[in-house]
Amino acid sequence: MHPIIGKSKLSPNVTRLVVEAPRIAQIRQAGQFVIVRAAEGAERLPLTIADADAGAGTITLIIQAVGKSTEDLVALEPGEAIRDVVGPLGQATDLLEHGRAVCVGGGVGTAVMLPLVQGLSRNGVRVTSIIGGRSREWVILEEELSRYGEVITCTDDGSYGRPGFVTQALADVITDGPIDVVYAVGPVPMMRAVAEMTRPSAIPTVVSLNPIMIDGTGMCGGCRVSVGGKTLYACVDGPEFNAHEVDFGLLSDRLSPYRDFEKAALEKRHCQLGPQIAEVSAAATAPVGAAR
Amino acid sequence: MNDQAMPAAGEPIVPIEDRLIHPVGERAAVTPKERMTILRQLMPEQDAQARARNFEEVNLGLPQQLAMLEAERCLQCKNPVCITGCPVRVNIPRFIDLLARGDMRAAADSLLDDNALPCVTGRVCPQESQCEAVCLRGKKGDAVAIGYLERFVADWANHHRDSAPAVPTSSGKTVAIVGSGPAGLTAAGELAKRGHTVTVFEAFHAAGGVLIYGIPEFRLPKDIVHDEVTRLEQMGVRIEPNAIIGKTYALDELRATFDAIFIAVGAGLPVFMDIPGENLKGVYSANEYLTRVNLMGAYRPDADTPVLHGQRVAVVGGGNVAMDAVRTAQRLGAAAATIVYRRGMDEIPARREEVHHAQQEGIGFEMQVAPVEVIGENGWVTGLRCVRMELGEPDASGRRRPVPVPGSEFVIDCDMVVVAIGTRSNPILTTSAVGLKVNEWGYIEVDGAGMTSLPGVFAGGDIVRGAATVILAMGDGKRAASAIDAYVRGELPVAQPEATSAAI
Ligand SMILES: Cc1cc2nc3c(=O)[nH]c(=O)nc-3n(C[C@H](O)[C@H](O)[C@H](O)COP(=O)(O)OP(=O)(O)OC[C@H]3O[C@@H](n4cnc5c(N)ncnc54)[C@H](O)[C@@H]3O)c2cc1C
Ligand code: SF4
Ligand code: FES
Repeated sequence: MHPIIGKSKLSPNVTRLVVEAPRIAQIRQAGQFVIVRAAEGAERLPLTIADADAGAGTITLIIQAVGKSTEDLVALEPGEAIRDVVGPLGQATDLLEHGRAVCVGGGVGTAVMLPLVQGLSRNGVRVTSIIGGRSREWVILEEELSRYGEVITCTDDGSYGRPGFVTQALADVITDGPIDVVYAVGPVPMMRAVAEMTRPSAIPTVVSLNPIMIDGTGMCGGCRVSVGGKTLYACVDGPEFNAHEVDFGLLSDRLSPYRDFEKAALEKRHCQLGPQIAEVSAAATAPVGAAR
Repeated sequence: MNDQAMPAAGEPIVPIEDRLIHPVGERAAVTPKERMTILRQLMPEQDAQARARNFEEVNLGLPQQLAMLEAERCLQCKNPVCITGCPVRVNIPRFIDLLARGDMRAAADSLLDDNALPCVTGRVCPQESQCEAVCLRGKKGDAVAIGYLERFVADWANHHRDSAPAVPTSSGKTVAIVGSGPAGLTAAGELAKRGHTVTVFEAFHAAGGVLIYGIPEFRLPKDIVHDEVTRLEQMGVRIEPNAIIGKTYALDELRATFDAIFIAVGAGLPVFMDIPGENLKGVYSANEYLTRVNLMGAYRPDADTPVLHGQRVAVVGGGNVAMDAVRTAQRLGAAAATIVYRRGMDEIPARREEVHHAQQEGIGFEMQVAPVEVIGENGWVTGLRCVRMELGEPDASGRRRPVPVPGSEFVIDCDMVVVAIGTRSNPILTTSAVGLKVNEWGYIEVDGAGMTSLPGVFAGGDIVRGAATVILAMGDGKRAASAIDAYVRGELPVAQPEATSAAI
């Protein structure tokens, strides 16, 4: 059992949980993740270790509530506990030793970025963080990131910071001067756009991939991604890969097979007990292809 | 027993069934000739039509009367070859004799003495290629149904257990076991019995290995495995789930903390076919498919973990894993679930019973067929392009390998493909452990006692043999436990070359 020590809301659907996990807090490295199971019977969810305090024996998880399982997780309150936490999983980030890095975060990907920015800054690398959200209330971790370097905040609707997408801000930063590496974490279309933007000038670019996972140890193959024409397992070979070699089309495709199931599970939870339940659970076990 | 009273001339002939009611400890008065006339009992099963749509156990178990009648078929051979057919040398005629005498407690003790998990092996062992293959009774008629009898006695024992197992006095020695499959659990039990303090580290959130994530409920109810794990805990074994050795802890850390280590991490990595289209949605490794359904309970409609419910499912492979996957797909509502295997029916490696059950349940078999491409539309599987195979010219070793028949390509329409063509070793532990010797396939090398290249570190089960069987993994666990016991008491080497895995 892993008691929840702290909880705060970062945006309308993003929650930060500080969770007791002394062993993982002690040995985790930037870029690694854990798999959690909120309670008996719950799904196994991969989550980046956004921060850790070895002294206090805690890790920080930042969770975007997008389905029943993530909602169940963020419904837990301090004093309650997460049943299972396993890790640290995946390879640690190959952090730049010196020079100049730009980190681009979209949505909850910003949370994945935080430990990278911390690590880079510790190495003495000059870091610019570019983060974005739909509008002001969707921007997360701006203050934390600003402790480690310059932060450019963008909002789609212009309600805060620079109006427009993070990629537009990135374009400007690229023209400003040489960059040794770009890290990009966020929704697949964003990571793909960053990869296309840095490709012509061949700026080394690293993305952190988030395919569907079960075990996190290489035993299921569900997390397979195609990188440089080779099939790799994000949980053990990644989660970070060379952005210019990633097949983003396949990635977004392989993220989608259970979308109908997730929607049905969420509806089922949101509606009261009643006649709808039967319909929803019928949809939840809908045959393959219903999602097409 | 052979000199037991024959009915004298003129005495009424009582049917054998009625003679089975006799005082405990005695045998029924059955003549050798009569013995030979008893037919092998059939396992009562759930109706094939019904069970093809549910996850309840297929085999229902023999009732006591029939188990005792079956036990009467055993000839109690002077040279019981069945024992040599058993990888862990269970004293088969002894427990069968005790069963025939109606002395259930003694039969159970005898069986459990030889085999730590008889409820499991009585259900999943390939008896037809082990003990029953050599059984002398089988030379005339059918072999004794040793597997059915093992299951019967084991289930009886399970229902009539002492409330809590005895906790032995502590030896003061500590042993770490990595992996909680049949090898790890067996070793844990044997070591705990000898008073050692045992901690089992398991990567998943629950213990049992393949027994819980791979083999489906309809073949091995999970409660059986949970009961065994609970019993180990009552004996003082500590199970630490969510602990991946090579990630959460390094092997070296365990070596510094424990007096000895047993590595039993299985051969858990999936092998894919390496053909185009394999990353389409609707293509699963058997590991992923079965883990979703079994460990994560996705067969229950209210489960949090989703699984695709294919309507037309092709499962590639011919082993137990393939049979489990295809029968699972059928139970999840597939209108057509088909095995695709590149050799013929006689060469299928699955247990005979699984193939038979699958056929009864209406599973399709496309034999001597090899997939060449998974075809799809909009990212989803729509078919499996295959080619027919025939046996080619004998190769250097004289073996005739299947080769494609030119121009024989055809497409199996399907919306889901499960790949069950084998597994390989997981490098997480082995590559992070300095000095641990592995062979060219990544399996750990051990000596006759089961010790690896690292002193005090032992290994067994699938991570040594490559994907094998439950009983072989258990045998390794038992042998390693004896060696570890000797090691921590400073009495190793106890080299027993004849007991090496390869010999079996
Ligand atoms: C679907 C299926 C059906 C089968 N059917 C049969 C059958 O009918 N009859 C039969 O005899 N055999 C059958 N087998 C084979 C049999 O299950 C295996 O041979 C046997 O389970 C091997 O036992 P093991 O203890 O070596 O490993 P496993 O059962 O594989 O257990 C290994 C355990 O170690 C854990 N682990 C792995 N890496 C680490 C790590 N680094 N740190 C901590 N823990 C780790 C795993 O999570 C797992 O729980 C089947 C296998 C499968 C997959
Ligand atoms: S070989 Fe068959 S008949 Fe002989 S003792 Fe063994 S089970 Fe009985
Ligand atoms: S999550 Fe199962 S192999 Fe990566």
